Amino acid sequence: MAIVETRLTGKIGSLTRLQITQFLFGLAIIFAIIKPLLPEFLVRIPVEMILPYDIWLQTLFDFIKDDLGLLTVTRGISSVLEWFLDITANLLYGKRRWPNIGPVPWVAIAVVAAVIGFWLKGWKMALLAGGTFVWVALIGQWKLAMQTMSVIAVAAPMAFLIGLLLGICAWKYPRFQRAIMPVLSILQTLPFFTYLLPAVIFFKVGPTAGCIATIIYAIPPMVLMTTLGLKKVSHEVVEAGHMSGSTRWQMLRYVYLPAARTEILVGVNQVIMLCLAMVVLTAFIGMPGLGAKLLSLMNSLKLGRSFEIGITIVLIAVTLDRLSKAWVVKQPEHFERGTSWFVRHKLLIIGIIAFIVSIILAQFVQVADHITRKQDLSMGKDIDNVIRAILANDIITGVTDWLRWFLITWVLIPFRNALLWLPTGSVILAMAAFGYFVGGRKSALLVVIFFGVIALTGWWDRSMITLYAVISAVILATLIGIPLGIAAARNPKWSEPILLVCDTAQTFPSFIYLIPAIMLFSVNDVAVVFAILIFATVPLMRYTIEGIRAVPSELLEAADMAGATRNQKLLKVQLPLALPTMAVGFNQAIMFAFFMVIIAAFIGTQDLGQELQKTLAGNNLGKNFVLGMCVSLMALAFNHIIMRWSNDRRKALGVG
Amino acid sequence: MNDINPVISCKSVWKLFGGNAEKYLASMKKGQSFEQIRQAGYIAAVRDVSLDIARGEMLVIMGLSGSGKSTLVRCLSRLIDITGGEVKVDGQDIMDLNERELIDLRRKKMGMVFQSFGLLPHRTVLENVAFPLEMRGQDRHDRRERAMEVIKLVGLEGREEYFPRELSGGQQQRVGIARSLAIEPDIWFLDEPFSALDPLIRREMQDEFLRLQEILGKTIVFITHDFDEALRLADRIAIMKDGAVEQCDTPDKIVLNPATEYVAKFTEEIEKSRVIHAEVLTKPINGYKLEGASISADATILQLSRQLIGDNRDILPVTNKDGVLIGGMNRQEALNVLLGEN
Repeated sequence: MAIVETRLTGKIGSLTRLQITQFLFGLAIIFAIIKPLLPEFLVRIPVEMILPYDIWLQTLFDFIKDDLGLLTVTRGISSVLEWFLDITANLLYGKRRWPNIGPVPWVAIAVVAAVIGFWLKGWKMALLAGGTFVWVALIGQWKLAMQTMSVIAVAAPMAFLIGLLLGICAWKYPRFQRAIMPVLSILQTLPFFTYLLPAVIFFKVGPTAGCIATIIYAIPPMVLMTTLGLKKVSHEVVEAGHMSGSTRWQMLRYVYLPAARTEILVGVNQVIMLCLAMVVLTAFIGMPGLGAKLLSLMNSLKLGRSFEIGITIVLIAVTLDRLSKAWVVKQPEHFERGTSWFVRHKLLIIGIIAFIVSIILAQFVQVADHITRKQDLSMGKDIDNVIRAILANDIITGVTDWLRWFLITWVLIPFRNALLWLPTGSVILAMAAFGYFVGGRKSALLVVIFFGVIALTGWWDRSMITLYAVISAVILATLIGIPLGIAAARNPKWSEPILLVCDTAQTFPSFIYLIPAIMLFSVNDVAVVFAILIFATVPLMRYTIEGIRAVPSELLEAADMAGATRNQKLLKVQLPLALPTMAVGFNQAIMFAFFMVIIAAFIGTQDLGQELQKTLAGNNLGKNFVLGMCVSLMALAFNHIIMRWSNDRRKALGVG
Repeated sequence: MNDINPVISCKSVWKLFGGNAEKYLASMKKGQSFEQIRQAGYIAAVRDVSLDIARGEMLVIMGLSGSGKSTLVRCLSRLIDITGGEVKVDGQDIMDLNERELIDLRRKKMGMVFQSFGLLPHRTVLENVAFPLEMRGQDRHDRRERAMEVIKLVGLEGREEYFPRELSGGQQQRVGIARSLAIEPDIWFLDEPFSALDPLIRREMQDEFLRLQEILGKTIVFITHDFDEALRLADRIAIMKDGAVEQCDTPDKIVLNPATEYVAKFTEEIEKSRVIHAEVLTKPINGYKLEGASISADATILQLSRQLIGDNRDILPVTNKDGVLIGGMNRQEALNVLLGEN
């Protein structure tokens, strides 16, 4: 017996990882082939086996909400938040609330933005910051933009503070960190609809709920960056602090936090960008502003005005991003001793004077105060006509029509049907094979659990539709993005500007990507895939370029001296070393795709996003949460596999 | 050096890294080697070190990287808690201090200089130097004045509004030195202060350091991996290997009589006549009568070389600083040192 046992384990032990992977994958294929013979629970989980998670969760939520009185607490919080929101709303667009002094004239805000831009990075930044606000005012979207900004002005500082505190706790108490990390990664992959409904139920409709959803959405990166920054503070700086006799509080306040400034400010940049991305999406729960306007314009296919709003959002995004990034790298500069206070604070004084002057000016000149509908320079109708004219062009319609036909009949529908036809067991086994290949038993188990839970929720088919959109878009994005990235990386003249374009494109709120998609393909599956496609191509290109550029020049010189041709160098040296970085881009593309596919719900998809959007109308938190988890679990499974591979590969190559 | 009460006194200090180190140390047999301890799963950074450091003395701890010298100095300032043994500062066991008292000790008595300077990047030179004063709550005006004093002392006047990144390495370390001196500490720890600097600047900083020590006369624990630097600065040198002190003695004696093979390896390459002073070779006269011109006890053999070769007496009379005869030096022995023959 003992001998048999050892021989058995010995045999399993001797199977290579590849063999087990092949075995699992083979099993998945066999399952698919013998589908008619399979027991029912391997094809689809039968209805009676589906666990009513949504009802359980609903009961739990109701219990927390009503019996534990969380609702009173949250309503309390929302009244505090509302107070803040009223202040910013009053100042920025003149909502009739305390302190009743707004709205601040647009000229004043534009001038202050320009001064801040100049302080942070000189003339170009001043032009960008000031110019953005001038554009917003002149195009006649000032009020919309300020509605959006008034929420960001509250949400970003809140998310910053909460994220900073959580980050400090996570750094200080490893146990807290271990507890919070999984929560953060789930939060980062949850579809935004899952943020919205709880926000609505607990914090009323409108700006408050939008603000809460935005805050929660923006917290995770702040926590991560804070912890990272604090951990990175140089050993000796810490010891110097101790030897100077700092107390614990002094250590944190005077040593750790200032020394972690860079990472914390990077966190601030991410908080601001995520706030903007989310606040635009809160349109779905009736939050007025740029997002809501864009949503209604796109629904009624007013392409010209959508285009204008798109530009506004993009300009605001770029301005906020560049300003906060400039703040990250801004180093204090010294003044000689005895420099007077006025010289030291020259720009502050100029800013204040300019602000006051423009307010006074606005009292006398109406245009400086606000732009009326007749005065604005919006050319929505004309742009509409131009766009329609361009799109009506035979070549373009020919191409898009052909693309639509080709993609739908030859790629999307077959793929989708295949995924829907595949037995659940097959899909899970295939995923397990992936997991096993990359990360061994633990990863395989994790993936099986994640997909198993999805199967048990009974939302398998919807999940597969979501998955199909994601996978087909990401594959297309890979086919486009990686060759483009490689081409760009090989030409130094091109790689800089293309990287810049990618960086800029990544700051756009995801909503923006729907505009060209709808313009070209109107409302259908192709538009969804196309929107995901452009959204996902950006990180793929960016990381491909970065990965290839990061290959040490010595290695390239070594390859040159070994007599490698350009192609040999690419295939044998650059690509293998760049792959781990490229995998990070691939992972980001998939995460972006999961995010985008849900947003596209309003175009009329049939996936989880659609169901999620439906839940927004009611108050079925349980179902909303279950659907959200399905998306999150799929995303996390991919995230785990890809990142695991990338990290292992990096270690194997000895690069970081 | 004749002070009966040492400023810092450590008795069989141990520092082991690893889980439950104290328990392991308590149950450990005596005389375990570094390797044996490592096989038990612990890293012995400091092994049974006993040292006394007298008031005004400069002790240089010399060792290669990983020898535990940096850990030892952190045990003396309790930046690291020791695993076993005892460290006393002015008679007070520092492991008995609570957090408040420890902070107080550092605020009043200790200063430390770091290899990569450990400057706070967001503070100007002045604010960096004033940092320890700020921590102990001195008012703004006072600390500014005091900080300016030390900045002048280290020769950085006119740079006080600069930020660390605007300074060269040597200048940054001057800031580090100024900061460590701001509170007028009794004990001055320097952890490889000049190792990150290039050789020319290092030499200059050593001179500067000797000048400061001339003025200040602090009790100093100086860490270095550079044997030349140790010889140049030290009153006494402690040579460490694998966490233990191999030999602790004056430079002359280490060079003349290395205690272990390991120490001998360092001294081999050293030109001994540069290090050894006449005093070390001086022996009591035992009734001999010495004639002729005497030599000074604190001259190195190298400095005396011309005289040693030209003279024909067997024994040369040696006098100390005050001109008092302290004994005679065998000329042949001195010539052996000069020519590197033992």
